Amino acid sequence: MSWGFLRDLLSGVNKYSTAIGRIWVAVVFLFRLLVYIVAAENIWKYEHDEFECNAKQPGCENVCFDHFFPISHIRLWALQLIVVSTPSLLVVFHVAYRENREKHHNQKLYKSPGKIDGGLLCTYLISLTLKTGFEVVFLVLFYKLYNGFEVPPLVKCDVRPCPNTVDCYISKPTEKMIFLRFLVATSCLCIVLNLSELSYLLFK
Amino acid sequence: MDWGALHTILGGVNKHSTSIGKIWLTVLFIFRIMILVVAAERVWGDEQDDFVCNTLQPGCKNVCYDHFFPISHIRLWALQLIFVSTPALLVAMHVAYRRHEKKRQFRKGDQKCEYKDIEEIRKQRFHIEGSLWWTYTSSIFFRLVFEAVFMYAFYFMYDGFRMPRLMKCNAWPCPNTVDCFVSRPTEKTVFTIFMIAVSSICILLNVAELCYLLTKFFLRRSKKAANQKQHPNHENKEETKQNEMNELISDSCQNTVIGFSS
Repeated sequence: MSWGFLRDLLSGVNKYSTAIGRIWVAVVFLFRLLVYIVAAENIWKYEHDEFECNAKQPGCENVCFDHFFPISHIRLWALQLIVVSTPSLLVVFHVAYRENREKHHNQKLYKSPGKIDGGLLCTYLISLTLKTGFEVVFLVLFYKLYNGFEVPPLVKCDVRPCPNTVDCYISKPTEKMIFLRFLVATSCLCIVLNLSELSYLLFK
Repeated sequence: MDWGALHTILGGVNKHSTSIGKIWLTVLFIFRIMILVVAAERVWGDEQDDFVCNTLQPGCKNVCYDHFFPISHIRLWALQLIFVSTPALLVAMHVAYRRHEKKRQFRKGDQKCEYKDIEEIRKQRFHIEGSLWWTYTSSIFFRLVFEAVFMYAFYFMYDGFRMPRLMKCNAWPCPNTVDCFVSRPTEKTVFTIFMIAVSSICILLNVAELCYLLTKFFLRRSKKAANQKQHPNHENKEETKQNEMNELISDSCQNTVIGFSS
């Protein structure tokens, strides 16, 4: 999957950020996007193939996998990365709007289109609030969908057509759990960075 | 997007490094990242598919694999490389911050600011001294710490650096004790030893760079102290000479890092 667009977006956003904003971009880029692409994606690559149930009943494995993983961890992670990076676009659009206005009126309306003051400050604060909100929503979603941030090695499944209760084994549960916890840690770090940037801008 | 992006970022940082730092960067890219991408990923590609246990019990293979490989070698190396590359960004951020401050001074029309235009600030060389020296030295220190931590974690998790051919597993639901066979154990051992060796070389390079910086620092200080004693009011030509030496130590650049220049 090509994540180049996200990299370009983050680089563009970096220009109009505060110092804490730049640290946020670096954290998202290095500890979330890069880790996702070079490490995490491969762990979940064959999750369905390697999911094994102790039954010969056709369809039982499929049904149990679907029951325990309505949406795969890795897809939720990817969605989170995209959704959390997007509010920064608001700032980029606002700056572009300002520059357009200046060009249209052919005079200098702002001290500098990229300076965070007035309307742009409002947009910036909104984008920070949205980013934080989305992070929290996804963390709660992860927690609710997967009963905490655990990946058990064995799950007991009794969905039709599985006969009675069947043992199903998840592949690489420990590795998945390690990366899931890593995801949670970096999410929390990003939430902390966003909140500090918010308070820095509000009390400046 | 893959390791190429990291390469772009670190390439920018390269311009701030000492010569030992540049060697470290080359070793990192050629002997670690490239080897990881080109060779090691292939070797570990089929690790779970070809991990075979001598039993028909469903789930036994999954459980045994998880028991012996809590986190795959490949993923551990990828994480190690990411963590080890990160401290270099501290230096890039510091330089960008200094440049930003100079530009702010220039815009305010500060008399102290001796630059004629913004372009000159962009091209200006920053010496590795003062707070930048501390940032640079701490980044090397953190690199060392991360390298050591990951190497220890590796040793601790896999009981040494050898990959055995056969592992005996008796985790539930495996019946009694079951023989499990790892795929390509010798090839994996070879690559593991290679990566560990290159890690050690990187640690040595970092230690050497640290000693180099400390030696320069103390030499500069003693020369300054000697100068003060001999010529307390003398125009500091010695310092200009020292600055030239520092310029040899650090090249600076117009663009630091993609996205970090303002």
